[in-house]
Amino acid sequence: MSRVSLNLCLLGVMGGAVLLAIGNLMMPEGSAYHVPTYAVSLAGKYLCYAMLAVAVDLVWGFAGILSLGHAAFFALGGYAMGMYLMRQIGTRGVYGNAILPDFMVFLNYKELPWYWHGFDNPAFAILMVVVIPGVLALIFGWLAFRSRVSGVYLSIITQALTYALLLAFFRNDMGLGGNNGLTDFKDMFGIPLQADSTRCGLLVASAIFLALALLVARYVVTSRFGKVLIAVRDTESRTRFLGYRPEAYKLFVFVLSAVMAGIGGALYVPQIGIINPGEFSPANSIESVIWVAVGGRGTLVGAVLGAVLVNFGKTIFTGVLPELWLFALGALFILVTLLLPGGILGLLNRQARRAKPAKAAEAAP
Amino acid sequence: MMHQDTLLYLDGVNVSFDGFRALNALSLYLEKGEMRAVIGPNGAGKTTMMDVITGKTRPDTGRVVFGNNTDLTKLDEPAIAALGIGRKFQKPTVFEPHTVWDNILLALAGDRRPRFTLWARQTGEERDRIEDILKTTRLAEHRNRRAGDLSHGQKQWLEIGMLLAQEPQLLLVDEPVAGMTDAETEQTAELLREINRTRSVVVVEHDMAFVRALGVKVTVLHEGSVLSEGSIDHVSDDPRVIEVYLGR
Ligand SMILES: Nc1ncnc2c1ncn2[C@@H]1O[C@H](COP(=O)(O)OP(=O)(O)O)[C@@H](O)[C@H]1O
Ligand SMILES: [Mg+2]
Repeated sequence: MSRVSLNLCLLGVMGGAVLLAIGNLMMPEGSAYHVPTYAVSLAGKYLCYAMLAVAVDLVWGFAGILSLGHAAFFALGGYAMGMYLMRQIGTRGVYGNAILPDFMVFLNYKELPWYWHGFDNPAFAILMVVVIPGVLALIFGWLAFRSRVSGVYLSIITQALTYALLLAFFRNDMGLGGNNGLTDFKDMFGIPLQADSTRCGLLVASAIFLALALLVARYVVTSRFGKVLIAVRDTESRTRFLGYRPEAYKLFVFVLSAVMAGIGGALYVPQIGIINPGEFSPANSIESVIWVAVGGRGTLVGAVLGAVLVNFGKTIFTGVLPELWLFALGALFILVTLLLPGGILGLLNRQARRAKPAKAAEAAP
Repeated sequence: MMHQDTLLYLDGVNVSFDGFRALNALSLYLEKGEMRAVIGPNGAGKTTMMDVITGKTRPDTGRVVFGNNTDLTKLDEPAIAALGIGRKFQKPTVFEPHTVWDNILLALAGDRRPRFTLWARQTGEERDRIEDILKTTRLAEHRNRRAGDLSHGQKQWLEIGMLLAQEPQLLLVDEPVAGMTDAETEQTAELLREINRTRSVVVVEHDMAFVRALGVKVTVLHEGSVLSEGSIDHVSDDPRVIEVYLGR
């Protein structure tokens, strides 16, 4: 992972978000530079997916943990934010109940379930965005890494984790909106969600958090901790004989990654306007792994690139041939695995390396 | 009988894999500061013995005592490494994507916990240690190369360097000269003798010329137990040893 490409990526993410916001807010409707609001939210969604991708790359690319359940952490962050947004609706719901969200009134709830308390407080909700995915990852990772579950077995149980959550969240008696999830949000921190300025604010916020995630991830993987992590990824047993405890390293990075995914999910929900159990679907987690593979595993920048490009492709493709998207995605994954094992970034790096020795040879007398 | 200056003591160690006895009531003493060569035909249990000492394999029965009464069979690999037992593997295993320098850095004795490594900055002291080890292992001009790009012999040396960086009391070295040229073999014998000035060493090796060059007490393993023990001349005259080696 080169420093230069990561800095370029930060610049692209921040610059792109700011330009889109300016195009939406400052350019008149008829102008060629005007950016429609739906495009702003679409870009915001891509950046949230990119955060999920960075989280996946952190564990898969640098610790060798192929998580096929990472979208679960994203969805949990999303639900925590969704619960806050639900409580913000107040009396503006269809039933006008100040305490109970519409779906609870509809299901004859008499009072708010205990786990909904506190979510009217934004600070508490934000804390939960971090704590819920983090604690789940801590418990899950502690059990899995301590018993030295790794490789395919670990992938399978991460997939089982997200599937179990999918089933649980589908149930009406979970008290989280069942099948329909949480929706009809009105405002966030007292600001109307539908306003263009809010949309632009959320896009820029997504860019800032993605940039922070990249900076934190870069710090971690280039630190001495990161060097141990890479050693664990490639030669786990050797690190034990040097006195390292690989399970502690994996656990730390797994929790950090889950928290990142959760923050991504929390930024995603207000921009999409809904969170439902479909976000736990195993296919979502698998897609996030494909983004990373396409962009280039173990590069961080590739995760962002892959998430944005594949989702851009998905937006275009599903507009034209929606029923063929999954086939296209599968074909893309197979092609990348066979022809571009290092992903797009691997290809770019290879070309950069090829260009360098040529220059060095010219310089030699 | 255990005496004052015994560093390592294996007592009646049994290990079996699916009914196959890899170690059979193996007993062995190592004195503080001693270097011991362990030889024996393929499958004699030499690597398994190292697995037992380093916590990779738990014996079915028997005791492995280190220093003043620490029972190694109760500990796992990182705990045993922290006690000061370092190991070089039969197949050289270095951290391939890292530079030679970083390989040694990761091996340097010190705090292994994530909360330390997350914030650790390379100190001048660490730099000096690494420079020293690079010199000892003749890898100074390769410091910035990827370990994965080194030759087989260089990887063996890097692994010995990593072992030194750990500053262990006891080094377990499994077939260090496999795949080395004669000159490299000679240098390795010299390096091990030098290491032995300050540390105890157990070397497993096939190469008889190398063992002779070390000039230390030899233990011959066969079918998981000690067949013969003594100077190289003593064991190579032992009829049972001759039978085992020539009988193959
Ligand atoms: N993990 C294992 N599972 C089954 N058999 C093993 C295992 N490790 C070693 N063995 C067997 O134990 C015997 C001793 O092996 P080893 O200690 O590697 O011998 P050496 O290093 O002396 O050549 C061999 O027959 C080997 O096949
Ligand atoms: Mg062996």
